[in-house]
Amino acid sequence: MFSDGNWAAIILTVKLASIVTLLLLIISTPIAWWLAHTRCRLKPFFEALVALPIVLPPSVLGFYLLLVMGPQGFVGQITQALGIGTLPFTFAGLVVASVFYSLPFVVQPIQQAFENIGDNYLEAAATLRASPSDRFFSVALPLALPGFLTGSVLGFAHTVGEFGVVLMVGGNIPGVSRVVSVQIYDYVEALEYGQAHSLAITMLVFSFLTLLLLYTVNPNRRKL
Amino acid sequence: MSVSADIYAQFKLNYDGFVLDVDLNLPSQGVTALFGPSGSGKSTLLRCIAGLEKAEGTLIVNGEVWQDQHTFLPTHQRPIGYVFQDANLFPHLSVKGNLNYGVKRQPFQHDGFSLDQVVDLLGIGHLLQRKPDRLSGGEKQRVAIARALAVNPRLLLMDEPLAALDLARKREILPFLETLHEALEMPVIYVTHAPGEVARLADHLVVLNQGRMASAGSLNETFSHVELPHQASDAGSVIIEARITEVQRQWHLALASFEGGEIWIRDLNFSSGQKVRFQVMARDVSLTLTADHNSSIANVLQAVIDRISEGDHPGVALVRLKIGTNFILSRVTQRSVHALGLAEGDRVWAQIKSTAIVE
Repeated sequence: MFSDGNWAAIILTVKLASIVTLLLLIISTPIAWWLAHTRCRLKPFFEALVALPIVLPPSVLGFYLLLVMGPQGFVGQITQALGIGTLPFTFAGLVVASVFYSLPFVVQPIQQAFENIGDNYLEAAATLRASPSDRFFSVALPLALPGFLTGSVLGFAHTVGEFGVVLMVGGNIPGVSRVVSVQIYDYVEALEYGQAHSLAITMLVFSFLTLLLLYTVNPNRRKL
Repeated sequence: MSVSADIYAQFKLNYDGFVLDVDLNLPSQGVTALFGPSGSGKSTLLRCIAGLEKAEGTLIVNGEVWQDQHTFLPTHQRPIGYVFQDANLFPHLSVKGNLNYGVKRQPFQHDGFSLDQVVDLLGIGHLLQRKPDRLSGGEKQRVAIARALAVNPRLLLMDEPLAALDLARKREILPFLETLHEALEMPVIYVTHAPGEVARLADHLVVLNQGRMASAGSLNETFSHVELPHQASDAGSVIIEARITEVQRQWHLALASFEGGEIWIRDLNFSSGQKVRFQVMARDVSLTLTADHNSSIANVLQAVIDRISEGDHPGVALVRLKIGTNFILSRVTQRSVHALGLAEGDRVWAQIKSTAIVE
């Protein structure tokens, strides 16, 4: 059904989305916990910052990431000093860019799940001798599980669907940054509609099934 | 205060216009009720004792410092049991899982209750496999009480455990609480705004008003304060604890003796020496200047007028009487006060028309 090039793009996409989702779960959990529990007056500021990728044109995000990670950029200087070289147009750079791009889609469901739990169960756990970390793992985490599930699915699907950021930061290098969405773009540019179609329909079905899964498992979710 | 002071709590808290400013000694035995209207700070005080609220102050329990200028023992390190108003059972765990949650985390060996005993005491053996969402409100609260007891606390804190329940559920739980009252050796601090719960459960009473302590002491003495808002009403009453000293089976009467007097009450199959707690409604107590033994009223006690104050109606007076070391209230008309020339310090005879056993 798929050509070798298409398979390569699909495998790369799944690999990218898996790594990004995993990283996002690790990064988002403390951010979501902090946002859910802080009484800091700067909370709206940080919430807006996290949500920025939802409204920002991917090309804007990609442009700034390119600058920051490039040879003259702040992050670029550091990575060069560490001997890693620069991140743009590498798979690692793509991962970093995707983490920023998909961050709100993972943070928000988890944050909301934490907020829904409230303080009551955690206080009850405290009166039953559970330390703060114990309370987190034995009460907060299991109760927030639907939020984690939603966050993972959305983070994964959103990373699979990204295009603009990839093009800005990753370019279009086979096996490195040529993900499915870019591959489709290539086919259309080359007027190879048949090839484009086979990938596009795959994406369409995948996206729909993902959302179907989400709404079936977790029908009461309020925020996307 | 007349009671031994084994829990010392002094807290100052000020947020959003609400002020808590208390300095109390609480006994380390029996049930102490923190009583007051909503907003009086009683729940906040309880949360401070549990360490759930961080107020400035000092808390010393049986010689152990839980909080002072340098120390703040976090909640999970305080040997407490806490029963929340709305049970707060973990929804992802079964009843058994909820009970075991605290038991598994017990840091110290204990010689108190076993989990089985607690389960028996609260009659929840048949619920162990259920998830909390499959329990009724009353069952949830019983499980919550069991969960708090299962950690063998040295201090049991209860925050209006009945307030969220309807009357039928309250009736379901109260007998369990009364059983606990008798079975527990640990001190209990019980927050409530319901005079009925105070009457049935408390041994000591702390009355809070607007974040400050209004009065504190033994149940009878403190509960008979005429300043308590509910006392001015038709439902005003006092609680007397007594011991049965004589039973007259043919008349279905038992003699309840207390410091300063004795009262005939209806015999509920009492045995001699048994402890009873009964309630005397202020409206059931009338006053005479001489002992009238020709009356049908069997209970006539000599008393000294401690205080005369206004009732909830301009025509009504509330008279606080001292009988031995106990107090009772009498609700009479202002005209009677005037006609009999009653004044504080006078000796009078109190006729008690009826009593009700509360325990």
